Amino acid sequence: MTNDADALFLVEARQLVESLEQGLLDLKSRPDDRALIDGVFRDLHTLKGTGAMFGQVELAQFLHDFESAFEAVREGRIPATPALINLGLKARDHVTTLLDGGPSGPGADLLADLQDLVTGAGDAAGVEAPDWSLTFHLAPDCLVLGARPQGLLDDLRSVGASGIEPVLGRLPDLRAMQADRLYIGWRMTLPSTLDEAAIRDVFLFNEEGLEFDLHRDGSAEPQPEEDPPAAMAAQPKGRERAMMRVPAERLDEMMDRVGELVIAEARLAEIAARLGDPNLVAVAEEIKRLATGMRETTMSIRMTPIGSITGRFRRLVHDLNDTLGKEIALEIAGEETELDKTVIEMLADPLMHLIRNAADHGLEPAADRRALGKPEAGTIRLSARYSGAEVVITLADDGRGLDTARIRARAEARGLVAADAELDEAAIRALILAPGFSTAEAVTELSGRGVGMDVVKRTVEQLRGSIDIDSEPGHGTQIHMRLPLTLAIIDGLLVEIAGERYTIPLAAVEHIIELPDEHATAGNRTRFLDIRDQLVPFLRMRDLLDSPGDPGPYQKVVVVTAGELRVGLTVDRIIGSSQTVIKQLSPLHASLKTFSGATVLGDGSVALILDVPQLVAFGQGRDSMEAA
Amino acid sequence: MSPVTDLAARPGARADRTMVTFSLGGELVAIPTAVLREVIEPGTITRVPNAPGFAAALINVRGMVVPLTDLRIPLRMPVRPPDVDTRILVLDLVLDDMPCVVGMLAELVHEVTEVTGTSLDDVPDVGARWPRHFVQAIGRKNGRFFIIPDLDAIFAYQLDGADRKTTSS
Repeated sequence: MTNDADALFLVEARQLVESLEQGLLDLKSRPDDRALIDGVFRDLHTLKGTGAMFGQVELAQFLHDFESAFEAVREGRIPATPALINLGLKARDHVTTLLDGGPSGPGADLLADLQDLVTGAGDAAGVEAPDWSLTFHLAPDCLVLGARPQGLLDDLRSVGASGIEPVLGRLPDLRAMQADRLYIGWRMTLPSTLDEAAIRDVFLFNEEGLEFDLHRDGSAEPQPEEDPPAAMAAQPKGRERAMMRVPAERLDEMMDRVGELVIAEARLAEIAARLGDPNLVAVAEEIKRLATGMRETTMSIRMTPIGSITGRFRRLVHDLNDTLGKEIALEIAGEETELDKTVIEMLADPLMHLIRNAADHGLEPAADRRALGKPEAGTIRLSARYSGAEVVITLADDGRGLDTARIRARAEARGLVAADAELDEAAIRALILAPGFSTAEAVTELSGRGVGMDVVKRTVEQLRGSIDIDSEPGHGTQIHMRLPLTLAIIDGLLVEIAGERYTIPLAAVEHIIELPDEHATAGNRTRFLDIRDQLVPFLRMRDLLDSPGDPGPYQKVVVVTAGELRVGLTVDRIIGSSQTVIKQLSPLHASLKTFSGATVLGDGSVALILDVPQLVAFGQGRDSMEAA
Repeated sequence: MSPVTDLAARPGARADRTMVTFSLGGELVAIPTAVLREVIEPGTITRVPNAPGFAAALINVRGMVVPLTDLRIPLRMPVRPPDVDTRILVLDLVLDDMPCVVGMLAELVHEVTEVTGTSLDDVPDVGARWPRHFVQAIGRKNGRFFIIPDLDAIFAYQLDGADRKTTSS
């Protein structure tokens, strides 16, 4: 066995384990959902199968009984009780232990528990399902393509096929018969204990042109009518979309290449425009079109739905129910919202921390909630939605809310804020994100894990996002995280300020207007513009960027938005829009809040990218800028 | 903080090294060739508004956006505008535990030379114009003195300075 194959197995197994966990948790709330039961069974079955294939004997043996148990559930012989599901979750944990090379000892206890459960439940409703009857024809030209019907029949025998007999109805007239074509089909009986997927698996390499008829014998038996259609519906869904698993580094590499391509394309376009040769311009435009398409495809490959990490949150909350002795419901909305895979991966741990925090500190104990007239079960709501070029992820709880007086006292005690500092409520709430701050009076087992709120904040900022906190005493806390859709390439608006060029993310640009004459001369740094009956503050970028010289007569205002807030930025000239490959600034420039990165322009020079959320916050007077 | 020149660290690093010498503010400066990736002519230099003087600009090095540093600022040397002799040393350094490519301005690049332990002196207590804690040693070659700046100390100071500013805002 090569290491590559081992690694592949582990990746696959972990995905199955995750899917299994998700299925079990969903099953808990909808124990009669056939599709869920089928899904859990399929995951167990595949996990066992791949495990056996890769020599994970212990794993396969351990899972065998669980597979049987859920097969019984699937056939309606036993119900999916909470006890069984909890046991399934424990089994899932044990599988993770086994995958990590842990001891197999605890597995025996789980299997014994399972045995008790199944026999106890099985007595109640023990109807033996009827045997399968299978008839199939392989593709007529399959022999030419190397199929071996004899081997296939051997495989079927090995899974328990009996009464195998040929179906000769399609044999043509002897003169028309071709020696290399297969006219014969077969029919047989298969034991009821097999499931349909296992039987189909035998035909894995003979699916092309396969005619396949599988049904339970004796339709008079109380076999649920909807079973075959449901199974048929599940089948094509799994097959019609061919998936391919690719190492993440290759995607990163591809993204880098696309970035270089985009930069080279911009240079080509500039040279073509300068030389003015129509042929060259045409080719440059064609390449631009291709590069744009390439960019979009590559980015879409990297986009991952947030749903891909919510499984572990459900599990966390499920476990927290027990550990904290609180009843907690987790609501998730917007799971289909997609973000760059790097962003998603980096978000998982901070979100775990926030959920743990909300459950531990945010939600009151059931008795307190009852006294307050709240429902006993606390709710934690995780939602994600698009907002312009950003995704907003909100984690809300309906707990006690933040106590600003206590936060302030704690921050003063820790020396994070001066006793006489004037802070508004929002600024005090933001203190819980400061390094060295922890609201827990006593560090509990749950929250004292070293990942603090400051780590959450830092992670979000590393992703060029922002975080803010809303809270109302007694009505819970909402933590909003705004994150850019992608980290790699954006559409940018190139502007000129005092002969220097800067890029503004185009998705954040709302509109562009002429700067009215009465504002043309510099005064205070922040002023207001009347745009469509709304007062919009604007920033004189020349002052902010410490630019030399005087602005010309025709300044423009680029109005940008972040969330619901807007701010105008004065610039000398609009150059145009272009694809912008974002390059991170080095640690030497990490402290500059005005810029979120830099990019290489068509002529090879570097332009800084303005950080719109920071500028908007600054323009709204909510944040202080580094620039003096 | 790990040393900035980690990549170059090797046994006897101080005693026996190959160095590249260049002019800055009328003096000779030397840094180890082990961190030197290449020497390039300055192309377009992009000013970074509000950045500290030590790293006040960005340049494009083969598609990478690279900060351009100027040792004349921490070493308190007179600054003059670039001319035909100006070059940029492209260095591989480790900043904040991450490998980083950094550009470093040189008024004139001289040569690559072997510096042996015997030609190195400690920094004299008096008579030096530059801050002592930013200079690792003074070398001598063919009767001329050259400064070996302490890149670890200089970059650590810049990065810490930056950290302080973020947390206080």
